[in-house]
Amino acid sequence: MRNLETSTEKAPKPKKEKEPVVEWLLAAGHRACSGCGEALGAKLVMDAAGPNTYVATATGCLEVFSTPYPESAWRMPWIHSLFENSAAVASGIEASLIAQGRDKDVNIIAQGGDGGTADIGIGCLSGMLERGHNILYVCYDNEAYMNTGVQRSGLTPFDARTSTSPSGKLSWGNKTNKKDLPAIAAAHHIPYVATATVGYPNDLMAKVKKALSIRGPKYIQVHVPCPLGWIHPSDMTIEVAKLAVLTGLIPIYEMENGVVTKVRKIGKNRRPAEEYLKVQGRFRHLFAKGADAEEELEKIRQIAEANIKRFGLV
Amino acid sequence: MRKFIEGSMAVAEAVKLCRPHVISAYPITPQTHIVEHLSQMVADGEVNAQFINVESEFGAASVVLGASAAGGRAFSATTSQGLLLMGEVIFNIAGLRLPVVITVANRSISAPINIWNDHSDAMAIRDAGWIMLFAEDNQEAHDMHLQAYKIGETPEISLPVMINMDGFILTHAFEGVDVISQEEADSFLPPFKPAVHLDVKNPVTMGVLAEPQWYMEARCRMQEALYESRPVIKQAARDFKGKFGRWYGDVIDTYRIDGAETVFVAMGSLIGTLKDAVDDLRGKGEKVGLLKIRCFRPFPGQEIAEALKNTRRVAIMEKAFSLGASGILGDEIKAALYATPYRPEISTFFIGLGGRDIPKSSIVNVYNQVKAKQQNNVFVDLKTELVK
Repeated sequence: MRNLETSTEKAPKPKKEKEPVVEWLLAAGHRACSGCGEALGAKLVMDAAGPNTYVATATGCLEVFSTPYPESAWRMPWIHSLFENSAAVASGIEASLIAQGRDKDVNIIAQGGDGGTADIGIGCLSGMLERGHNILYVCYDNEAYMNTGVQRSGLTPFDARTSTSPSGKLSWGNKTNKKDLPAIAAAHHIPYVATATVGYPNDLMAKVKKALSIRGPKYIQVHVPCPLGWIHPSDMTIEVAKLAVLTGLIPIYEMENGVVTKVRKIGKNRRPAEEYLKVQGRFRHLFAKGADAEEELEKIRQIAEANIKRFGLV
Repeated sequence: MRKFIEGSMAVAEAVKLCRPHVISAYPITPQTHIVEHLSQMVADGEVNAQFINVESEFGAASVVLGASAAGGRAFSATTSQGLLLMGEVIFNIAGLRLPVVITVANRSISAPINIWNDHSDAMAIRDAGWIMLFAEDNQEAHDMHLQAYKIGETPEISLPVMINMDGFILTHAFEGVDVISQEEADSFLPPFKPAVHLDVKNPVTMGVLAEPQWYMEARCRMQEALYESRPVIKQAARDFKGKFGRWYGDVIDTYRIDGAETVFVAMGSLIGTLKDAVDDLRGKGEKVGLLKIRCFRPFPGQEIAEALKNTRRVAIMEKAFSLGASGILGDEIKAALYATPYRPEISTFFIGLGGRDIPKSSIVNVYNQVKAKQQNNVFVDLKTELVK
């Protein structure tokens, strides 16, 4: 893998106290595709959360690849109900544990993909955030409905080609920009909202730990490349994830009580948007022979530019 | 203690006695009074439960699903469109074998929008895998909640229970109800001890993917559990009678059926009207009786067939039907009888849809029709001039 940067990922400081490390709470040996960003993201989230964590998971790749009966990859209490209700199921778990006096020193995580979170599950998510449950919601954003064969979701980026937003004579692919779900979450006036990426695993784990140290509803949106859906080699997952950040297309930040308190600066490591787009088959139509996509590429550059301005990334 | 209370309050009092951990619901008429009363009880500290206001019935059902999976006793109430919106979760709760109890204040289904009583809502989700009980009056609705948790939480059953009571007709009716004391309730209904639940001390995976080599067995076990629940439902009714002296039948009940040539069959509050009509007709020398279906799922086909074996005519009164097919009770009763040598003449009637009043005169009219000849799927009191 190429070294994409020199200074933005700080080496973790040595720990003062030794904590017992419990790893692989999402055990290896499950059925995710090689290079699956979501599997890596979920593994990091669970290891950061630790074993005293209840997990409610939406229908999607994560649930399918980790629990084909009689196997389960989960070494923690875990439930899957439906596509759009992991936030509500987690709300019920939290209320039940409180009523039974079993809520001390435990974490509750609700999780789902971008479709299960931003589209079909947004009602349950909003209810959970509004009611103030002490739950962390994690959205693994791989920018389309991957489990059903790469259909467009509300978090599919502009001009990405999916099976329901194909490029064609009259189309450059997905016609809309990503729904700003972190802002929607923050609009519920919750204490903590963050974006993260599997490209920066230490940052992701630190955010999960920080979120779980805060009482109330928390939302973390994790950018997770999908080699199958994005059409890139499976050994490029981390590289692609980092390029998304370094081009400014995926801003990484934290919001506490509605205010942006921290951003991951990209500074002199900034890359042109094309570097991110060119390595993925889902944007290949923008660079095809004879394609006159300059106008489209400029729109994508402007999306990056707007993120860079909004979050002060450089 | 005997209290003059609204049906919804009778339900709320019963739910309180069951010591639920989590109550979650969304407002919809005519269910709303039930959860209004419960939320007041929580606000006053009378019920030590978490009351979760949600953004939809879909959310409410999902919250009680999670609450039950975490080992708590959970309750919700809904009706009509709300039950349909819950639909996906309703099936899922049963598949996960979670003994949630939901009270349905039965109401019609839109369109046209109509907030009044029939059984279209419950009938629409009859294949979900729930135990479905129908209450005849508010005392039965009150008592049924204690029985419902006892039945559903029986470890080998582990199924959700839906208590159906007619919207407005029961939920909004004030009448005397013997409210059970907490001590008596506690001695009848023990604390919930789930067979499996989410616990960090003993992590389990719930809601797995079942590929074709596993799915059919899981559904078969649900079917078996539903059939195995019949003796449990009967035992709960007997235990209840032993403790409280009240009896409403077990899976079915009969009224003046001995020597009856014509037997009415119905569910819910219509039973009360039918009892009066049967008394009137008996007074005039007519040989009529009544069969009440108290438990619709699991369907008590054998018990029904046995009750109808000496009957010449059966008049099935349905507050719902399957559009494009026929009466649901009628079809299921015919199927149950087909397995036996008994062949009474069966007539089917759709009655009281969308809250249309059912006076005794309509029952007498039905009786006269079946006595004259067998009838199929007749809309009772239909304004024929409007459907031409």
